[in-house]
Amino acid sequence: MTTGADLIVIGGGLHGTSAALFCAQKGMSVILIEKDTAGRHASGVNAGGVRQLGRHVAEIPLSIRSMAMWHRIADIVDDDCAFQAAPQIKVAENEAELQTLSERAATLNRLGYDHEVVLSEDELRHHLPAVAPHCVGGLGSLGDGFAQPYRTVFAFQRKAIAEGVRVFEETRANTIKRENGRFVVETDKGTFTSDKLLNCAGAWAGTLAAQLGEHAPVEAIAPMMLVTARMPHFCDAVVGATGRPLSFKQMPNGTVVIGGGRRGRADPATNETHLDFAELKHTAATAKEIFPIMAGATLVRAWSGIEGRMPDDIPVIGPSATEDGAFHAFGFSAHGFQLGPGVGSVIAELIVDGQTNAPLEPFSITRFAHHA
Amino acid sequence: MTRYDLVVIGAGPAGMAAAIEADKAGLSVLVLDEAPAPGGQIYRAVEATDAARRTILGADYAHGAELAKAFRASGATYRAGASVWNVSPEKVVDYSTGDGSRQVEAGAIIIATGAVERSTPMKGWLLPGVTTAGAMQILLKAHGVVEPDTVFVGSGPLLWLIASQMIAAGAKPKAIVETVPRGRLLAAAKHLPKALKAQNYLAKGFQMMKAVRKAGVPVHRYGEDIVIEGTNHVEAVTFTADGERQRIETRHVALHQGVVPNQQITRLLNCEHRYDTVQRAFAPVLSEDGETTLKGVYVAGDGGGISGARAAALTGRLAAMAAATAAGRSVDGAMVASVRAALGKDRAIRPLLDTLYAPSPEALAPADDVVVCRCEEVTAGDIRAAAKLGAPGPNQVKSYLRAGMGPCQGRVCGLVVAEIMAVTRGESLDAIGYYRIRPPLKPLPLAELAALDEPIAAE
Repeated sequence: MTTGADLIVIGGGLHGTSAALFCAQKGMSVILIEKDTAGRHASGVNAGGVRQLGRHVAEIPLSIRSMAMWHRIADIVDDDCAFQAAPQIKVAENEAELQTLSERAATLNRLGYDHEVVLSEDELRHHLPAVAPHCVGGLGSLGDGFAQPYRTVFAFQRKAIAEGVRVFEETRANTIKRENGRFVVETDKGTFTSDKLLNCAGAWAGTLAAQLGEHAPVEAIAPMMLVTARMPHFCDAVVGATGRPLSFKQMPNGTVVIGGGRRGRADPATNETHLDFAELKHTAATAKEIFPIMAGATLVRAWSGIEGRMPDDIPVIGPSATEDGAFHAFGFSAHGFQLGPGVGSVIAELIVDGQTNAPLEPFSITRFAHHA
Repeated sequence: MTRYDLVVIGAGPAGMAAAIEADKAGLSVLVLDEAPAPGGQIYRAVEATDAARRTILGADYAHGAELAKAFRASGATYRAGASVWNVSPEKVVDYSTGDGSRQVEAGAIIIATGAVERSTPMKGWLLPGVTTAGAMQILLKAHGVVEPDTVFVGSGPLLWLIASQMIAAGAKPKAIVETVPRGRLLAAAKHLPKALKAQNYLAKGFQMMKAVRKAGVPVHRYGEDIVIEGTNHVEAVTFTADGERQRIETRHVALHQGVVPNQQITRLLNCEHRYDTVQRAFAPVLSEDGETTLKGVYVAGDGGGISGARAAALTGRLAAMAAATAAGRSVDGAMVASVRAALGKDRAIRPLLDTLYAPSPEALAPADDVVVCRCEEVTAGDIRAAAKLGAPGPNQVKSYLRAGMGPCQGRVCGLVVAEIMAVTRGESLDAIGYYRIRPPLKPLPLAELAALDEPIAAE
């Protein structure tokens, strides 16, 4: 069986479904193939932070563009994705950390960005009444938020289908070839052909890039998360720490989701992740030290998902350097969720219009070429 | 980290028998069990039970006392009140004893965590005064407590057993509404010749039913369209039987639709599972001696498929002998053969019981407005709607609706959600699958994780 389209997107995570949706809205016929089910990995099981705060400088323009889309997400995908606007705050646990945060804010100001603001101790306690006494201030991005990850991917998937995207789940792309100018993707469920190709395969994107003759050293990682039983309401912001890994938020139902990037073991061949409690205990300890109320919390679940990480912790976004008509958007290195809507729209401009205003040079796949 | 040749999880008949056998074979054995004393659910509090209560509970229960005695006398290390909350594929077991968590390394693991009662979501099932037959039996075994005027609703051997035990305890049930559909008896009858090999079970079954009849308990057969009525507490059960709508007023209802394998640990370990279309439940794929698809990890007892207490002890022995053999200990081959033969004989009753007492169709397909996941208050209708939107399986429903994300980790709603998904999407249960189970298996204080592997004072 051969199925053809203008564009094949490989990977049904948030970036793949988002790009497929916006390309279809610009008039392309689109096929999306996904080896498991949409949102099965990092896109569907991450902590759900929608964060401009603390971004790599190169990512800030994309993050700002995406943030504007999050604030009207229901208009875009007909589902609010359980998005909730909330401040994102990085806590300083001592004066030296506060100094680091102040310097960061000053750097961004010099670059013309004003979304990150230094919070005095009073301001910090105003936003976070339950924060521990030793915390001295923080850095906030007050127009951020959080959403429900799987619900978001599911909404993008459904909207994409409504716009004509043909989604093939449990369909694994085995080989990519070019024949008579068309891409030919052989899968375990048949052959797909297209003029353009987009690689959104996350932790599995490196092997696909290699088939295009490009080097992309994607590492499969398994960031671990914890969730508690419901607790009385005590926190409205999404909270991080400065000197140690933490991501912390209380959901509207009272449960507290704690992450921050401590890693378990990922096995991309079997889709399995294994938690490392000897490592995860530090996440629990950090949460309890920054929010003393957590000493009484009960954990009901720990989990992890497979994510693709690049050596420099920023993604690969942009055209292939070897195959005209091929594009990449992968390797979001555990902070791609917020970027999903924005990057999808940028990719659509790139593929359909042939150009975008978004500065993508820092994300070029060619930055790894000399390592090959 | 402490290491044992064998860690047995659960001290019911399978776990106790496995520990006794493995100890005999020369393995160092640790038994971890949540309860304060050995016995599991079936022999709960068996050591503490006095002669009077033992008479009420019957000869099979007394058999558990002998097993517990032999278990206590064995060289196995037994840790009561130990709640296992994680098992890794490398066979490291994390368990909490309330004062802290410990880690232990195992050469082999026997999972003997038994069965759980099938959840039976229906209109009114969450009202105060509604419980399960199994929960009622726990009260009887552990505390000698019996609720008077209980109406039993459902089906299965355990339903009749508990009803007869309550009669013996002087708390006659008000009525039994049996939900076995018409035609089942005929379908089950073809298994009768085989079942005759396990006559003791047939005889016991008839005795229990006779005791119920003799006590004058009204039995309503072929009950369907069951609704539990009440506002703040159960007030009545209504149902259709014999072609007419009936209503029984009561303050106590006990539901039961059989028991199903507790899959939490085997799912956590990503062992392969298959759906048993007769027992209508998932069970791990096991070798003849109970080894899962993960080498060195065994399942003994009802966790590998429902067979009852006697079979559980036999499978415990088989798994222990297999683990001992794998560890290079010498095991008497004739003994293995005789235990296998005894197991075959004991299980001869299963095709008849499984066919007769498979859950009633309405227990597997609750109405749209019935809450299925009680932790997160997700209804059957929510799940059907998600399936129709395109959610392919239980894990997407879990992520989308939070069904199965509460403190029970999906133990209560998992099977029903899978059944609803399979019917709505027109796929087999094997294709639909089950929740991915994540640790901790039981709620764990955050402070206890934060202090993991620090010395515990009470060691």
